[in-house]
This record gives sequence, C-alpha cells and structure tokens, in this order.
Amino acid sequence: MQAYLLSIYQPDGPPPPDVDLDQVTEKLGRLNTDIKAAGAWVFSGGLHAPSTATVMRVRDGEVVTTDGPYVEGKEHLGGFTIVNADDLDGAMRWANRLAEATGLPIEVRPLAHADAG
Amino acid sequence: MPAVTPAEIERVFRAEHGRAVASLVRVFGDIDIAEDAVQDAFAAAVQRWPDAGLPPSPAGWIITTARHRAIDRLRREASREDRHAQAALLHAREEPEDEEGAVPDDRLRLIFTCCHPALAPPAQVALTLRLLGGLTTAEIARAFLVPEPTMAQRIVRAKGKIRAARIPFRVPEDADLPDRLAGVLGVLYLIFTEGHRASAGRRLVREDLCGEAIRLARVLASLMPDEPEALGLLALMLLGESRRRARTTPDGGLVLLADQDRSQWDRELIAEGHAIVRRCLRRDQPGPYQIQAAIQAVHADAPTAAVTDWDQIVALYDQLMTLAPTPVVALNRAVAVAEVDGPEPALALVDRLELEELGLYHAVRADLLRRLGRDAEAADAYAAALARTENEAERGFLAGRLTAARLRP
Repeated sequence: MQAYLLSIYQPDGPPPPDVDLDQVTEKLGRLNTDIKAAGAWVFSGGLHAPSTATVMRVRDGEVVTTDGPYVEGKEHLGGFTIVNADDLDGAMRWANRLAEATGLPIEVRPLAHADAG
Repeated sequence: MPAVTPAEIERVFRAEHGRAVASLVRVFGDIDIAEDAVQDAFAAAVQRWPDAGLPPSPAGWIITTARHRAIDRLRREASREDRHAQAALLHAREEPEDEEGAVPDDRLRLIFTCCHPALAPPAQVALTLRLLGGLTTAEIARAFLVPEPTMAQRIVRAKGKIRAARIPFRVPEDADLPDRLAGVLGVLYLIFTEGHRASAGRRLVREDLCGEAIRLARVLASLMPDEPEALGLLALMLLGESRRRARTTPDGGLVLLADQDRSQWDRELIAEGHAIVRRCLRRDQPGPYQIQAAIQAVHADAPTAAVTDWDQIVALYDQLMTLAPTPVVALNRAVAVAEVDGPEPALALVDRLELEELGLYHAVRADLLRRLGRDAEAADAYAAALARTENEAERGFLAGRLTAARLRP
C-alpha cells in the first residue's frame, strides 16, 4: 500500500460567479464518503485563504516570522486529501473524481514515508 | 554445432530484449534490476554462444540466465542489509519460474507501464524504445537529436517516478483501457512518424526508427488481436513504409507521392497492409488509425497517380473528420478536395484553418496558389513553409519550388 497526497490548487481571489459552491461541497462530501467506504481514506482538509498564512524561517541563526504565504502566486494550495492506494492508477482514480468535483487541477504525489498516531 | 556470429547474437538481442526485460520486471518488480540482469545475460551469451552454439531457445536461455544472475547478485547485496535487494528477492520468490513468457502478456504490461499517461510523452517514447526495443540511451538520443546526457536524465527520471509513484506493471482495467491503449498507439505512431519524416536533420527518413516502430506495432497487434485500432496502426505503418524507396532521390531529395516511381513500392508490405485493412473493414469498428490506413490503401491501389480514386479518399477523410475533427485532418482533406474539385475550393478550405505555426500548412497553401498561377503569393507561402521546416530534404524541395515561383514571368 502506498500513500498519496492529492493537492487541490485554486486561483487566488473569490470563486467565479458560475461556480455553485453548495454543489461542490456536496460532491466533495460524497467523494470523501466513498474514499472512506473503500478503506482508502487517511486524511482530508480544506485550508483558509493564503492571507491567513504565517512563515517562519531561519536568517543568520535567528527565526524570523513574516506575514503571508511562502510563495505569492496566481494559485494556491486550497485543500488536500491523503489516500492509500495499491498503485498510481488507484490514486489517479480518486484524483479524477476530486478534479471533477472541484473543477480544479489536482496534483498527485507519492509520500516517501509517513508517521501517524 | 554451427558457429554463432556476433550479428546473430545482435539479432537475438534486438528480437528478445523486450520479452526478457518484461519477464524480469515481473519477477523482480524493478526495471533497473531487470535491465542489468538482461545485460549480464547477453554478455554471458557473447562469451558462450560462439563456442557452445545457439541454445534451442535463445530467449529462454537469456531469461533463465538473467534470473539466476540477478538472484546471485541480489543475495550478495541483501546480505549487506540492502532493503531494496531484499524486497526484490522477496518479490522473485512469489513469482512462478518460467522460461520464455509462459505469462504471455509481460511485454503488454511493460508497454502500458512505459506509456503511462503520468509520464511525459518524450519519456514514454524513450522508455518504450529502451526497454522494449533494446535501443541504448545513445541510440535514442541520436534518433531524437538530443544530447546523450539529456536523454539519460530523462530515462533516469522516468524510472525514478515509476518506482516512487508506483506506476503499475499491468494491463489497465477495462474502464481505463480505451484511453490507455490510445496513448500506447500514439507513442508507437510518434516513433514511426519521427522515423518516416524526421522533424529535423539531414535525411528525410530514419529507417531504424520506422523498423522499430513496426516491430513494436506487430508485437502489440499480436498481443491485442481484438483491438482493431492496434491492427489499423500496424497497417498504416506498413503502407507508409512500403513507399520508402520511392520517397527520396538517390541523393536524398524528396519525391512527392504524385511523382514517385510506383514500381519501387514494396509489394509485400502493401499486400500485408491491404490484408489488415480488409480485416478491419469486416469488423466494422472504424477508428482514426484504420481510416488513415484505408486512405493509404487507396493510394497503394492506384497504378499511377492519375488514376487515384480521390472521391474515395475524400469520403474517407469525411469519415475521419467525424471521429477526429482536428485542423491537421482538415488540411489533409483539403489536399484531396483539390484533386476532386480543383485548387480554388481547396484553398478556401485551407484559408479557414488556424495552423500558422505548421510548415505543412504553408506548403499546402503554396502548392494550391502555384496551381492557380498566383506565383507571388505562392512564393511568400513557400518562404513561410521554409521558415518552419528543419528537415534538410524538405527544405531542399521547398527552396526549389520557391525559386521556381519567383522566376516565373
């Protein structure tokens, strides 16, 4: 079994007017139920806006805190799901459904190792 | 026992490399281990076969030798606590011992691994040629005019992704199969077209790539006999390849289809291609490759360019447009329309397409303008085609036409 991080990338700013957020939420709920029913679910969550982020980094041996996201771009990580799958095809099947539910690009990346509990 | 020549060993290597690597990937669950083991076994064959003679089943000998050598090597490494080696040994213990593809679809699985959509198309092509074709990294780099370190890096990266992301070694499930097969066919066709009409470089054709693409398409068609598009692709390649000798002058210049010496066409390849097209027609599950093969079959049927059944070709392009309505198909259809309705309506069709970046688009326009006597515009279009073409043979042809268009009073 291999764990995969499915990252949801969304454009900065409010969603376009033609997106029905209630429908997206409902589809995501159904997808999560299915992932759990298949025994593949590890974790999932949505993130607050990048403007709520804080970055700490070491400069000259001191930790410096700055306001805002680490990378400013046109898109940001909006949420993520971690699933277990036999292989990439299995992970891609969940990612396909995540892309269909959100209308957003999903990045699939294998976890090198994981510590839980 | 007859002496075995290096050329014969080379032939066995080319013919059996894919089968051997595929079988060993299944046994060890790892591409690098499989490749190293097969390499070792062929090195042993080069030592042994010249004196001992060719074994009754060369492929079986290679696979068995590769398996034993890999297990010996992995045991040494596993005793040094190498977890990767231990995992591969464990994998091998669970796989049945077989000599030559008792599990017949090993190569099919490997093709689907190499052409997995999670790998970039250039990486799919490189892996397919290397693992199934047995080409070296240097040969693949030369074929695609890429520096060898770049190609080596591309292959290493792809193999790393297969391992880390667990790209599976199996034939996709039915629900995924149509899309995934289309991807495999696309890779084989890309290898063929790169050989048939090299995008850059001195010569028009690179026969080695065409030959390899046809060999792989034959393997695929034999492993998936119920997939008409796999057959269609093979027929399309065979009919294209049948014209190779006639497509260039002795000094490497380009000869258009209409001007080719048809006695130079390879009748055996045409007969084989025709037989496959007829088989596809009987099945009546048309797809883009089958229709393109049928178009090539119509050309092959014509003893001279003048008696080509262009009505039939336009009808086939109409059918292709319903399945694959791309601008490039529309461009090729317009070329056929020019033969039925004349250059003027064809030019109207071409002018509607948005293919400014494509050299062929300008070359087709140029030819239609030339036939309409609009030489100044033809010259401009030939110049535009020339600026977008890197193949030397095609450039020579276009430059000749450009000069002619400029010189006409």
